[in-house]
Amino acid sequence: MAFKQHSVLPGFGLSLGFTLLYLSLIVLLPLSALVVKAGHMEWSAFWHAISEPRVLASYRVTFGASLIAAVINLLFGLLLAWVLVRYSFPGKRIVDALVDLPFALPTAVAGIALATLYAPNGSVGQYLDLVGIKVAFTPLGIVFALTFITLPFVVRTVQPVLQDLEVELEEAAASLGATRWQIFLRVILPTLLPALLTGFALAFARAIGEYGSVIFIAGNMPFVSEITPLMIISKLEQYDYLGATAIALVMLVVSFAMLLVINGLQWWSAKRLGRRK
Amino acid sequence: MSGTQNAPRSIVTTESAPVRWLLTGIALLFVALFLVIPLVSVFAEAFKQGWRLYLAALVEPDAWSAIKLTLLTAVIAVPLNLVFGVAAAWAIAKFDFKGKSFLITLIDLPFSVSPVVAGLIYVLLFGAQGWWGPWLAEHDIKIIFAVPGIVLATVFVTFPFVARELIPLMEAQGSEEEQAALVLGASGWQTFWRVTLPNIKWGLLYGVILANARAMGEFGAVSVVSGHIRGMTNTIPLHVEILYNEYNFVAAFACASILALLALVTLAAKSYVEWAAARQAAEDRRHAVE
Repeated sequence: MAFKQHSVLPGFGLSLGFTLLYLSLIVLLPLSALVVKAGHMEWSAFWHAISEPRVLASYRVTFGASLIAAVINLLFGLLLAWVLVRYSFPGKRIVDALVDLPFALPTAVAGIALATLYAPNGSVGQYLDLVGIKVAFTPLGIVFALTFITLPFVVRTVQPVLQDLEVELEEAAASLGATRWQIFLRVILPTLLPALLTGFALAFARAIGEYGSVIFIAGNMPFVSEITPLMIISKLEQYDYLGATAIALVMLVVSFAMLLVINGLQWWSAKRLGRRK
Repeated sequence: MSGTQNAPRSIVTTESAPVRWLLTGIALLFVALFLVIPLVSVFAEAFKQGWRLYLAALVEPDAWSAIKLTLLTAVIAVPLNLVFGVAAAWAIAKFDFKGKSFLITLIDLPFSVSPVVAGLIYVLLFGAQGWWGPWLAEHDIKIIFAVPGIVLATVFVTFPFVARELIPLMEAQGSEEEQAALVLGASGWQTFWRVTLPNIKWGLLYGVILANARAMGEFGAVSVVSGHIRGMTNTIPLHVEILYNEYNFVAAFACASILALLALVTLAAKSYVEWAAARQAAEDRRHAVE
């Protein structure tokens, strides 16, 4: 096969050329600078930078909090998508539009709003404080911020699949004597599974890299509530460019891996739905 | 999105009323706790000490220069990525070539890179210790801790928005209409302006709205390259951070409220564009049937 199949439309060379040039200048060249810079490091220095105890603790905080936030949104995202697609209630269209708020609201605004609300003397935090729950300036605060930031992903991946689900399947299952709960577990859930996992992976990937909403509420205590992106910033502030580069490379590799996982899930999802049609 | 096509379901394919109410109640409580209360609290905190302090925080010179820098950044970054998005979607959706899906993955890449890493890569290129740092210093060009760095970091984080909106849309539309226009004697550019552009205008606008919201609100990437020089290299989100860290909460939330307002306008515009795009699609289908 030739590189390009014949077409009567003009502009292939111009549009692809510009695309590749712009992509290289804005994305590929700067990212390769990171890899080259890390390549200049001695292996032992690199290993030391990415595995010192404070950095290891930050991986635990980042991945742990991201996982919990993604699980929370897996459950509540499914519930929210279900309610929005299947039930009717007043104000439904506003709630539907509001789901995208975390995409539209700048992360720093979300960060200071959540930190103020959940501080021990905040409007919500003071009541939680009475029962001994501390949210702001603890790892729990990080989970709250990440839950906010990644809220839309599962809702928006599940919603269209749920909308296209054929009612006939459920009717058939019911006529064969299945209970509502059995229908949900055996008929609906397996169909939604690829979309659910895609949304989960998107939420998790976004949470790992998140910075703006977290730093205000986290308290940023070493070994307890420091996230990995903050470690990069603090290395930069100490002019430790190599240390920052090493940790950034670890995050970049994780991002790549997540991107591949998400692509795989989307491919699986498309195949699943294609077969059903 | 939904709501209009909800025909009443038979009793076997929905839940009993109490279960429906319970599930709706839990879902709405979750929305209230995580979305509504934080949003409302931004405005409540901003107006806590009255209108006069609120306005004073906004007309103060540093706040004003942050607003101007934010607008400037968006005015440069969004059109650049708009042109890129159209070019990329034209190449990818209208032609078949090797390595296409790999190219799409690369275009999506900035979405999965942490904003902090996005800022760092430009520091490594243009910073004092970076690849081109010495050369830039010799020629007295400042990119990092200056406006160009802020623009570059913003272009990076908003890179995929328009392209990823247009690629699936243009793939779904095919190229029959463009081929017809060319056969009838239109030039390539005429075909693009008169046939393609009207077909993709809602998708284009949708991508621009999302890119603009991100460009004006970006924090992490911009924070790394900005250097936080008051009145010089602070965008609104960075100005909010400084005020907040100085315990100047009313001013911090006053500036944050502009961004929250921007978010609400974004959501409204997005809903309108979704509605308009659905209407256009329905109309096109009707024409196709006739």
